[in-house]
Amino acid sequence: MSQELRINNNKFIDQTTRLSFKFNGEKLYGYKGDTLASALLANNIHLVGRSFKYHRPRGIMTCGSEEPNAIVQIGNDPSLTDPNVRATEIELYEGLEAFSQNCWPNVKFDIGGINNFLSPLLPAGFYYKTFMWPASFWEKYEFFIRHSAGLGKSPSKPDPDIYDHKYYHCDVLVVGGGISGIMAAKLSAENNNETLLLDDKNTLGGATIYQNNDCFQIDGTHTNYWLEKEINKIKNIKNLTIKTRTSLAAYHGYNYLLAKENLTDHLSPDERKGKIRQRLWKIRAKKVIIATGSIERPLIFNNNDRPGIMLSSAIKKFIDFYGVKAGKEISLFTNNDSAYETAISLKKSGVNIVSIIDIRDKSSSKIVKEVEKHKIKIYWKHTIVNTEGYRRISFIEIMKLSDDGSGVIGKKIKLKTDCLGISGGWTPMVHLFTQSGGKLKFRSDDNVFLPDKNKTPSDQISIGSCNGDFDIKDIILNSNKAVKTFLGIENSSFDNLKVESSKEEMKRNIWLLPSDKPIGKTKPFLDFQNDSTAKDVKLALREGFKSIEHVKRYTTTGMGTDQGKLSNMHALGIIAETTGTNMGELGTTTFRPPYTPLTFGAIVGRNVGEFFDHTRKTAMHNWHVQNKAKFENVGQWKRAWYYPKNGETMFEAVQRESKAARESVGILDASTLGKIDIQGTDASEFLNRVYTNAWSKLAIGKCRYGLMLNEDGMVYDDGVTTRLGENHYIMTTTTGGAANVLTKLEDYLQTEWPELDVYLTTVTDHFSTISICGPNSKKILSKVIPDLDLSDEKFPHMSFKNSIIDGIKCRVMRISFTGEHSYEINIQSNFAKHVWELCMDAGKNYNITPYGTETMHLLRAEKGFIITGQDTDGTMTPSDLQMDWIIGKKKFDFIGKRSLYRSDTIRDDRKQLVGLLTDDPKEILEEGAQIVEKLNQKPVEMLGHVTSSYFSPNLNKSIALAVMKSGKKLKGKKFFVPMENKNINVTVTDTVFFDKENKRLNA
Amino acid sequence: MFIINCPYCGERDQTEFSSGGEAHIVRPKQPTELSDDEWAEFLFMRKNIKGIQFERWNHSHGCRKWFNVVRDTSNDKIHAVYKMGEKPPANK
Repeated sequence: MSQELRINNNKFIDQTTRLSFKFNGEKLYGYKGDTLASALLANNIHLVGRSFKYHRPRGIMTCGSEEPNAIVQIGNDPSLTDPNVRATEIELYEGLEAFSQNCWPNVKFDIGGINNFLSPLLPAGFYYKTFMWPASFWEKYEFFIRHSAGLGKSPSKPDPDIYDHKYYHCDVLVVGGGISGIMAAKLSAENNNETLLLDDKNTLGGATIYQNNDCFQIDGTHTNYWLEKEINKIKNIKNLTIKTRTSLAAYHGYNYLLAKENLTDHLSPDERKGKIRQRLWKIRAKKVIIATGSIERPLIFNNNDRPGIMLSSAIKKFIDFYGVKAGKEISLFTNNDSAYETAISLKKSGVNIVSIIDIRDKSSSKIVKEVEKHKIKIYWKHTIVNTEGYRRISFIEIMKLSDDGSGVIGKKIKLKTDCLGISGGWTPMVHLFTQSGGKLKFRSDDNVFLPDKNKTPSDQISIGSCNGDFDIKDIILNSNKAVKTFLGIENSSFDNLKVESSKEEMKRNIWLLPSDKPIGKTKPFLDFQNDSTAKDVKLALREGFKSIEHVKRYTTTGMGTDQGKLSNMHALGIIAETTGTNMGELGTTTFRPPYTPLTFGAIVGRNVGEFFDHTRKTAMHNWHVQNKAKFENVGQWKRAWYYPKNGETMFEAVQRESKAARESVGILDASTLGKIDIQGTDASEFLNRVYTNAWSKLAIGKCRYGLMLNEDGMVYDDGVTTRLGENHYIMTTTTGGAANVLTKLEDYLQTEWPELDVYLTTVTDHFSTISICGPNSKKILSKVIPDLDLSDEKFPHMSFKNSIIDGIKCRVMRISFTGEHSYEINIQSNFAKHVWELCMDAGKNYNITPYGTETMHLLRAEKGFIITGQDTDGTMTPSDLQMDWIIGKKKFDFIGKRSLYRSDTIRDDRKQLVGLLTDDPKEILEEGAQIVEKLNQKPVEMLGHVTSSYFSPNLNKSIALAVMKSGKKLKGKKFFVPMENKNINVTVTDTVFFDKENKRLNA
Repeated sequence: MFIINCPYCGERDQTEFSSGGEAHIVRPKQPTELSDDEWAEFLFMRKNIKGIQFERWNHSHGCRKWFNVVRDTSNDKIHAVYKMGEKPPANK
């Protein structure tokens, strides 16, 4: 294996542990400690992927989470494959398999590369402009666009990995384990603060931990030695918890932060088994110290995207930390001193430096002088005007800059190079600061947005380079001072450090570097992942986009998986320059969480499968299961839907159940209805206020149906309430509305009517309800409760009796939701299944038929009874439902009363509940279908829609309920229900289809 | 996600609470005597202030009690918490 690009004796890489991995099927080797990126570079591979739009070859550009190009697909297992993983972040493990994305047939020869030559035809907004017309073609375009869009492939099977959530409370959270973060964590923990230190890398120390340059020294030693000693010291402080491989994703208000800890992504598949893959930390910190550092900026010049062009700081980390030479003939291109640090690191490792191109006139800082000693050729006041090399950079062309920097002069010089380091200065990572609500200010000396101290939310500070200190001397001095003030510390071990550094003296910034070619013929890339160039931004401005947020969306600059960490500043700079605006006034786009992408697994944690939501089951659930019921979800409840027998379809089962309930006897598990126990001396008055009808005169032992409105007059819930005693009622609510009704009633009791003596208790789960209906229901009940007098005189419809079944106390109501003679037995849930079985047993000779919610819905529809939430939708008044009879007009007030005669609620063309019959009695309407009067009207006027529809076996025809404009006036009129292939003729009827005289209630 | 100091239970995470909108909107004692406009004022009109706002909150996953909160909507800072029926802090 070729490891000629490796440097030996590196302390961060374990060269005794060789790891094999595959990239695009080719077997390669790296070492423990490598990232995929460093291992690829060691194998002389720069070309990793293709760009999004033009499919240009792209290589590794950075060494961290800001990487825009080197994003790969990890693995090919359909449940475990992971798309868009940054090669610069994934740690190498034995057996790692990675694939290039966005290329076909392969990364070296990609058909999509044709887009590069078509690029003059693919400017910003190309898709918006091109696929607008003809509008009817959109469906055809969409197919192709969807196939050419997107980067990696999502897994196609469920994720088998385990993810976890953990809450954590601490006094001080330090985000970032670079030099300032280490100092802050030490000061904090040493001064009695429970401290948590997070870093997204596997090694603490940031960029200082591999900085062994003579120009930078602390107390007479290289900065890396000093920091290493400090890190060893903090590992033993007991107040300090350190989490590495943990990246902070989001910073919310009240110092609530989310961080993702990677636990197994660096392990080989065998070592991962049974372990938690990622953990989401939900952190509540009293104080937060942000020390997230900064990232280097690229430079924007013609063809600045070729594989082999990298950030200068990345080249430095690859050589100093990973021990990998990014090239053999390296050039550096810079506007500041940082590239000179890289030059020295390369020189020390024996890499040949072709030249340094610096756009500044001159610099005489310590580090530049140091480089000059090495006889490295520096082209001052020069710029790169072009690069060559398709799959890897091969040549650069440089020219002298004009004084104002707007053009180039003189002769073109062509230099051979296989790697180019670029440095455009540094951008502080202020994402977390702004996420927390902090506001930025602009420092024009070096064009950076910094946390504004006067607009920083309380209980947090930013220190180090994320706060705009780039010189090691400033970082140490200012971090020490800021942390001491923030935490109220008097003396610090960092007070008298002697720091030596190289002060940067000269700066020059040109956002878009000139070329000898007109801009139209160049490709100066801004956003490498989304392929937007400086030209695109300028085009957007010419087309009238002014707001930075609009330019971003139109050109897609900063909208890739890297969220523009490298590109945003240049986009802003170019916009400011082109429009003549001050960058500080222009502002930035919004920094939104997460800082780096989170997996869905980490977000949902353990709330998957059966833990996704609560499932509520009734006491009779197992009986339903044993009797082959199909279940329906109603809120969190599992309700028996229908009980198919001998391979019946749902339709057949429901027809059979519905017929049996009317011909003999049916039994329904109604336990899920909400039950609220209401007690107190003002209970009757309370019900008067919450229901539309009158309650004061309801005798003890009687039941009444009630309709509850919202204050806006719209029907909210309904149900039967029974008076159990002088000051004691039990209210039933709809299954889905139970919790909301209780909350609403509590709200009125606590806030509007605190003077009322009323107590509400939910007893939904305590009582189970067995509903027995049909002409033979009385016979069943007399068998189950022989002592109970069931005569109409003693136990009439809408009344209640306390009783005992098999020694178990129960409440029996004679109420009906089907129009049949029927009873509801309410019994403590512990005994409910037993009583249900007693009823089944008692009904054997009467063909007692268990029925589910579907049959219940059908039976009530035959009677024209509404279901709130199905026939109502929050816009129906009682009058709209043709239920004017339930409004207690004499009542002084009830919730929603005043709204019933607002100008809008008394309109007679509101949608109103009607019955519908199809002209063909076999034709069943679809619920939700629209109703129209004129078929050839354009646009056709929608008069209403079907809310409930069934085939009634008892009437032997199809029936439906619907809401229609001015419905009350339409009885007998004919309409159409247009469907995809036909128009169904319907006639408006009464809402009650069956037993209009209610004879069956007492049958 | 903020921390709310429930006057009955103490400091808890926001996830335990639900918001009930603007506080101190008294339900009219005699709604029938109000004009459509006056009723609409009670029913629909709510302030949406950037700054100090008086709000109702319910400790819905705790003691289920309603209470009032004085919150600065521009930075979510909670300035005061007080029980239903108690007088709001002086600057109301």
